[in-house]
Amino acid sequence: MLSNNWLSIVLKPDLPPLSIYLHWPFCAAICPYCDFNVHLMRDMQPQQWRAAYFAELQYAFSQRPQGPVQTVFFGGGTPSLMPADMVADILSEINRLWGLAPDAEITLEANPVSAPQGHLADLSAAGITRLSLGVQSLDDAALKFLGRTHSAADALAAFRLAREVFAHVSLDLIYARPGQSLAMWRDELACVLAETPDHVSLYQLTIEPDTPFHRLHAAGRFAVPDEDSAADLYEMTQDMCAAAGLPAYEVSNHARDGHACRHNIASWRGGDYLGIGPGAHGRLSDGQARRATIALKAPQAWLAQVEAQGHGWAEDKALDDEERRTEMLLLGLRLVEGVALSDMAIGGIQLPPERHLALQQAGILLPSDSHLIASPQGRLVLDNLIAELLPS
Amino acid sequence: MTTQSHIRNFSIIAHIDHGKSTLADRLIQLTGGLSAREMSEQVLDTMDIERERGITIKAQTVRLEYTAKDGEAYQLNLIDTPGHVDFAYEVNRSLAACEGSLLVVDASQGVEAQTLANVYQAIDVDHEIVPILNKVDLPAADCDRVRQQIEDVIGLDTENSVNISAKTGLGIEDVLEAIVTQLPPPSGDRAAPLKAMLVDSWYDAYLGVVVLVRVIDGEMNRGQKIRMMSSGASHLVDQVGVFRPKRDTMATLGPGEIGYFTAAIKEVADTRVGDTVTEERRPCDQALTGFKPSQPVVFCGLFPTDSSEFEDLRDAMAKLRLNDASFEFEMETSAALGFGFRCGFLGLLHLEIIRERIEREFDIDLITTAPSVVYQLAMTDGSMMELHNPADMPDVVKIDHIDEPWINASILVPDEYLGAVLKLCEDRRGRQRNLSYAGSRAMLEYELPLNEVVFDFYDRLKSVSRGYASFDYQISEYRTGNLVKMSILVNAEPVDALSTIVHKDNAENRGRAMCERLKGLIPRHLFKIPIQAALGGKVIARETIAALRKDVTAKCYGGDVSRKRKLLDKQKEGKKKMRQFGRVDIPQDAFIQALKMDD
Ligand SMILES: Nc1nc2c(ncn2[C@@H]2O[C@H](COP(=O)(O)OP(=O)(O)OP(=O)(O)O)[C@@H](O)[C@H]2O)c(=O)[nH]1
Ligand code: SF4
Ligand SMILES: [Mg+2]
Repeated sequence: MLSNNWLSIVLKPDLPPLSIYLHWPFCAAICPYCDFNVHLMRDMQPQQWRAAYFAELQYAFSQRPQGPVQTVFFGGGTPSLMPADMVADILSEINRLWGLAPDAEITLEANPVSAPQGHLADLSAAGITRLSLGVQSLDDAALKFLGRTHSAADALAAFRLAREVFAHVSLDLIYARPGQSLAMWRDELACVLAETPDHVSLYQLTIEPDTPFHRLHAAGRFAVPDEDSAADLYEMTQDMCAAAGLPAYEVSNHARDGHACRHNIASWRGGDYLGIGPGAHGRLSDGQARRATIALKAPQAWLAQVEAQGHGWAEDKALDDEERRTEMLLLGLRLVEGVALSDMAIGGIQLPPERHLALQQAGILLPSDSHLIASPQGRLVLDNLIAELLPS
Repeated sequence: MTTQSHIRNFSIIAHIDHGKSTLADRLIQLTGGLSAREMSEQVLDTMDIERERGITIKAQTVRLEYTAKDGEAYQLNLIDTPGHVDFAYEVNRSLAACEGSLLVVDASQGVEAQTLANVYQAIDVDHEIVPILNKVDLPAADCDRVRQQIEDVIGLDTENSVNISAKTGLGIEDVLEAIVTQLPPPSGDRAAPLKAMLVDSWYDAYLGVVVLVRVIDGEMNRGQKIRMMSSGASHLVDQVGVFRPKRDTMATLGPGEIGYFTAAIKEVADTRVGDTVTEERRPCDQALTGFKPSQPVVFCGLFPTDSSEFEDLRDAMAKLRLNDASFEFEMETSAALGFGFRCGFLGLLHLEIIRERIEREFDIDLITTAPSVVYQLAMTDGSMMELHNPADMPDVVKIDHIDEPWINASILVPDEYLGAVLKLCEDRRGRQRNLSYAGSRAMLEYELPLNEVVFDFYDRLKSVSRGYASFDYQISEYRTGNLVKMSILVNAEPVDALSTIVHKDNAENRGRAMCERLKGLIPRHLFKIPIQAALGGKVIARETIAALRKDVTAKCYGGDVSRKRKLLDKQKEGKKKMRQFGRVDIPQDAFIQALKMDD
C-alpha cells in the first residue's frame, strides 16, 4: 500500500511534493459533452501565450518557490495542439525556476487527430514522458455521437504510434453511453484491453450542465443508462480490467504496476499543485495554511490580466478547516488506498467504530485498522458515502 | 342619511369560479367606487394567496352609490362571498346580513354543486334571489339550457334573470336595476335601541380590531358605548364607517346599513361572529339567534423542518389566528418529528392555505402530517375520548368502539363519468342515497365517512370526471365504524407521523399502497430499507427500498474539487429538507405524498 500523508503534508512544516498543472484551453472542435474550459483555436498567437505562461510560472514560483517539481501535467483543451517548441520552452523555464526532479513525470493530453508521428517525437524530445490519449470509444457510431472527429481506426493507430514513442501511454474512454448494453461494452472494452495498454481512464458519460448534451438530454433526445445498468457496467469494467492486469487505483483509473499517473495521485493525496493557464486551479501550502487558487477562465481575460499583473489568478484564498477536510475525503477516498484514519482525526473527522463496522458489514468500507477504505462497491456510491461521513 | 327604502343589501353567491368577484369588480367600476387606475381584476381579493390562486377566501363587503333609472339614489351594500366548500361559513354569515342574493351561474357550465348548496342556504334565510347568467361572451354559453336547469333543479323562477358578461361588462346596468327593483329594502326601527349583528372581524395593523356589523334596529354612532351581548363586554366606539372599497368614516350607521366600527378591542377573539351588538345604556331585549361557530373538521400536524424554528412557528400561528378564528392549534410532540402543532382546519384547501401562508409570510419550512378527522372513542370504562391524532390512539383493549364523522355529499356529474364517480364513492365506503338527473347531468347524493373524503377525494373526483364533477358536503353525524390504527415502520422503526386510522376492510389495500408510495418517495440509501405497514404487531404489507448502487462523480481531479465541494454543500442543503428517522432520511413532503392513492 502506498503511504498516505495527506494532512501530515498540510500540517507539518515539511512541504508536500510539488506538481504543476498547465491548462491549454484550445481544441480543434468542441465536443458536445465537454464542460472543460475549452475554446476554438482562433487568432492564437503562440508568442503571446508563451510569454504569458512564462510570466505566470514566475509568479507561481514567487508564491511557492521550493522545488523540485515532481510532475507536470499539460491538460486542456487539446495540448497536443501546442507547438512542441513551446512545450520545450515551458519545461526548461520550470526547470530553471524550481528544478525538475530527474525522474519527473511529464504528461500531455492528446487528441488522436493532432498526434501525428513527427509531432509525438518532437513532444518526446521536448521532455514529455507520458501521453494521455483521448480515444473515447472504439465504435465509430459512438464517436460520431460524441462529436469526435476521428474514427476508431484513427484512434488505434494513434495509440500504437504513441507507444513507440513514450514509455507511458494512457487511453481515455467514455462508456455508459445511451443504449450501450453490457454486451456491447464488454466487446468494446475487450478490444481496448487487447491492445495491452498500461493505463486506462474509463469514465461513465456524465451529462454536465451548460453543455449541448445537457439540452438534448433534458429535451428527451437521448437517455443514459439508469442507476442499476450503470452500476452493472461499472462492475463489469472493474472485473475485466483487473483480469487484464489493470486493477483500479482510483474510481475511474486503472493501471499496471508502476504505470499509475503520479501527477493525479499526488493531487488526490493532497499534494501541492500550481495551476497555470486560464481557469486552472491550484493548491499550495503556505506555512500552516493551504491556499486555493483559481485563474480567470476566459483566455483573453486571463491573457490581459497576466500581461497587466504578471498572473491570471482571480481567486487566491486560504481554505478553512471544513473545506480542507471535505477535500481530503472528496479526493482521498477516490483512491483504492483510502485515507489514513490518523489524517482524518487531525482533520477533525470522527467515525465511531460501530459506524465503521456497520459500513463494513454493508460492504461499503473495507476492514482496516489504519485507513478508511471504500470497497469497490463503496467507491460506486462514494458521493453519498462522503456526504454521510462529513459532519453536517 | 339614506332612508331604508333606498338601501339594498345583497350577497353574490355562486359555485367556485363562476365569476362573483369579477361581477363585483364591474359593479364597483360602474358605480364609480374606484377609478380605472385603481381597478384591478378581482379587486376585492386582496390577499396574495387569493390573487395567486384566483379564488376568494374571505367574504368582502363594499358599499356602492347608485342612481337608478327611477332617478333615485340608492345605497347598495354588496358582499362578495367565496365559492369553495371549505369557506361555506363565510357565505352563511354573509347571507344573514342581507335581504337578497345574486345567484351567479356560469352559462357555459350550468348549475354545480356549490350553486345548489349556496342557493339553498339563501332560500333558507328567505332571500329574494336574482339569477345572473354570467360569461355569455363564451362560445360555450347556453343561456336557455342553463335557465331551464335553474328552474328544474333549483325551482327558481328565471323570468327576471339577467344575462351578463362580467368580463366584458355586458348587462351590468341591468344587474344594478334588478338589485334596485327586485330585492327588498331592509326593515328596522331607527328609534329602537341599537341591535346589530356582528358579521365579521379582523385585525388591521393601523386600526386594530375592525368589526363588520349589520345594523338591524337603532343607530350606531361614534362615541357610543356599546355592549357585546354574549360576553357582556362593553366598548367605546371610536370609529364608524364603510368600505367603498376604500375605507370611509362616517358619524352614524342607521338601521339596515352594513358597515364597520372600531372600539379599541384588543383581540379578534374578543368578538364573536353572530353576536349581537347593542347599547350599553339601553340594551335591546332580545339577542339575535347567532350562528353555529365554524368547527374544524380536518386535523393534521405541522412541524418546523428545522426544529429550532418551533418558537417562530408558534408566533406565526398566533398571528394567523388573529384573523382566522376557524383555524385551531395546540402543541404536539412527535417521537419522529419533535415539537410542532396539531392544527384544525375547515377543510383541505383551508389547510393548504394556512400552510402556504406560514411558509411564505413567515419563511418557515414545514412538515405536514397525514390529515385526520376527529374520532369519538367510547372506552370500556364508559368514558368518551376525542381523538384528533392517530398517534394518540390508546391501547385497543381499552376501547369499546370508535365513532367517526359522516357527511352528506352531493355530486353533480355529466352522465358519461357517472360510472367512475360511483366507483370512487363505493371504494370510499359510500352509501348512495339518491340519484336523479337534470338533463344529461346526474345529481348524486351519497353518505360518506369524512375520513375517506378528507384527503384526496376531491382530487380523485376531479380526475375521474376530467374536471367536470362538482362536489359539496355537510357533516351529518357520527357513526360507529370498524376502525383500526395502521402504523408504518421504516427500517423497523415505527414513524408515528405516518400512522393513520383506516377501516379494517381497507387496511391491507391502504397499507400496500402506502408502502409502495413510500418506496418511491424515500431515496435510496447506502443500505436497504424495509418499509412495513402493521396493525398492532401484525405486518400487513411490506416493501423494500434497495440499497443505492451508484452515486459517484466519474471525474474528479485537482481542478474539479472546488466545484465538487460546492455540489456537496448543495447536497447538504437538500438533506436539510429531509427528516432523519434512525438512519433513514425521509423527505418532508413524503408524509403527505405517501397517502395519495391512485385507486
Ligand atoms: N370569459 C369570461 N370569463 C369570466 C367572466 N367572469 C369571470 N370570468 C373569469 O372566470 C374566472 C373566475 O372569476 P372570479 O370572479 O374569480 O370567480 P369567483 O366566483 O369569484 O371565484 P371564487 O371566489 O373562487 O369562488 C376568472 O378567470 C375570470 O376572469 C365572464 O363574463 N366571461
Ligand atoms: S477535445 Fe477534449 S477538451 Fe476538447 S472539447 Fe473535446 S473533450 Fe473537451
Ligand atoms: Mg371570488
